[in-house]
Amino acid sequence: MSKKPTRILIAKPGLDGHDRGAKVVALALRDAGFEVIYTGLHQTVEKIVEAALQEDVDVVGLSILSGAHLPLTERAIARLQEEGMGDVRVVVGGNIPARDVEPLKALGVAGVFPTGSRLEEIVDFVGQIGESVNQRRS
Amino acid sequence: MAKITEQDLKKVVLESGIEVKPIYGPEDVADMDYETEIGEPGAYPFTRGIHKWMYRYRPFTMRQYAGFGTPYETNERFKFLISQGQNALNVAFDLPSQMGLDSDDPRAEGEVGRVGMAVDTLKDMEVAFDGIPIDKISVSLTINAVTAIMLAMYVTVAEKQGVPPEQIRGTTQNDILKEYVGRGTWIFPVEPSLRLTGDTIEYCAQNVPRYYPVSVCGYHIRESGANPVQEIAYAYSIACAYIDHVLERGLSVDDFVARLSFNFDIFGNLWEQVAKFRAARRLWAKLIKERYGATNPKAMQMKMIAGGGGGGLTIEQPENNIVRSAYYALISTLSGTQTMALCSYDEAYTIPTEKAAILSLRTMQILVEEMGMCDTVDPLAGSYYVESLTNELERRIVAEMKRVDEEWGGIVKAIAEGHVQREVAHQAYLHEKGIQDGSIVKVGVNKYRMEEEARDVALHQYNPQAVEEQQARLAQVKAERDGAAVSQALESLRQAAAGTENVMPYVLDAARAYATLGEMTQVLKDVFGEFREPVRL
Repeated sequence: MSKKPTRILIAKPGLDGHDRGAKVVALALRDAGFEVIYTGLHQTVEKIVEAALQEDVDVVGLSILSGAHLPLTERAIARLQEEGMGDVRVVVGGNIPARDVEPLKALGVAGVFPTGSRLEEIVDFVGQIGESVNQRRS
Repeated sequence: MAKITEQDLKKVVLESGIEVKPIYGPEDVADMDYETEIGEPGAYPFTRGIHKWMYRYRPFTMRQYAGFGTPYETNERFKFLISQGQNALNVAFDLPSQMGLDSDDPRAEGEVGRVGMAVDTLKDMEVAFDGIPIDKISVSLTINAVTAIMLAMYVTVAEKQGVPPEQIRGTTQNDILKEYVGRGTWIFPVEPSLRLTGDTIEYCAQNVPRYYPVSVCGYHIRESGANPVQEIAYAYSIACAYIDHVLERGLSVDDFVARLSFNFDIFGNLWEQVAKFRAARRLWAKLIKERYGATNPKAMQMKMIAGGGGGGLTIEQPENNIVRSAYYALISTLSGTQTMALCSYDEAYTIPTEKAAILSLRTMQILVEEMGMCDTVDPLAGSYYVESLTNELERRIVAEMKRVDEEWGGIVKAIAEGHVQREVAHQAYLHEKGIQDGSIVKVGVNKYRMEEEARDVALHQYNPQAVEEQQARLAQVKAERDGAAVSQALESLRQAAAGTENVMPYVLDAARAYATLGEMTQVLKDVFGEFREPVRL
């Protein structure tokens, strides 16, 4: 049986227009063999969760550089649960101060990758959590 | 011992793909004619600079970018800067204002006043410029998608101060096409956005003649990942799109092109950047004279703000950024910039501290006052390497512009369909891979790393009280204004937008009636629709 590739949605919630990091990470993940969907800019949490549902993804990556990462992530995770997608894992990247890493994890975030993180580290991490989601689902 | 030959040397390839020889000589510039290809400073094709005496007569302007939360804070800060002798101000707007959303809009939640000043109605502009002599101060508004609205509010504030439009000086960024490539504060689809830019250029040419309505930004395109050739090529293709659009309205190039300026980025190889700017100046002059048939030399002069960009700075060993910024300032000086702004060394962590901001200013002042950078014009002219590189960069910029037209059907289509965005994202990815595999060296990042004390990113403190005050002021304006006049002005704006007339007079009427930014933007959204981002990875 061939293994189903991990599907990940890279999303830009809020108004901030900086998408260089999101696109670079999306390209690195795609090169690593994942199925990557990118939402584009200016997405509401509702739209992101809707896309996650439609695309049936295993992982959602939120890219946030405006400073609003805590409230946005909290809402995204709550919304995923409401939509019956509580098993989807969430990772967060962007301009994230070190002191906010633990609070993000307490919200249920699987991994945090602040600006300057290594691409291979992100690829490895997404591979691991994608596999665990896949196993649980099958 | 065997003799060392050129084959033993490490290959050097610039970001733009140009291979650098170890030695350049007269043969590399043998075909060059000084008069036609380089020319005297201040003379066509302006390779050496747009003014005859350049910095010997007057050094470049030093302008640092800054933003403050509320119109009241902004006003206070402006008054302080003016009291310190500054005669040029720079306004940063918060994201909701840049996106045409009022402070009480649910989509603005958490963003009001965060990265700049919040503006909902004319009232906010009145507060921000209260007691500021608009006829004496040049004000730069960093605004794009809703430029027509902010410009209308600014012109109205001037009107209320008794300053006629012909005395207003300043600039709006108003380069909407680059927003789709980098920076991302677009609202409407590409075509109506271009029309709005055209409306502001036309309005200024006819009513506010001392105003610079557009600053075409290669800067953000390069910060998004473009190499130096792409930076200039895409910016020039965008500038030509604005020119072509305005020409269709019956204006002549000599009427408005002299009021377009540029904003470019500096980081990376010193020689490549200097040659990039010399090539860009010559190419702009040729384009405007040869393609558009301009006769006004001012229209052929490429005026720019060129400063050290954040893209070259690192979060690791941040003090190294002080040194990098000094080199970027040197590059900018050697490139004949009109205005310089430097990113501060601590920008990867925080809104620049006062100490860091002063250091940026001192960096520029040391170059001007101590290093002899203003003594003579374009000191690198005649260098075999610099002239040869200038020629090669110009060739490659021309080729990239041609590619935009031939492969993608022109820049407007290329942006609407996402080709430029994809190209730039791939370049960013290649660059990042190069840094991570060590083929592109960043000192302190992938070479000469050190164990560092953990430093935290200090984000701008968010002030919920200021947000409440902003929302209360908006509610008060709405309660006090003449509702019927607002509805009528918005309806007239809707009809103008649906037709082909210039919308500026209607936006001005709506602004005078205290229609909100959000209301005016919504009317335009109803007519134009919203941009659907083409996601091409």
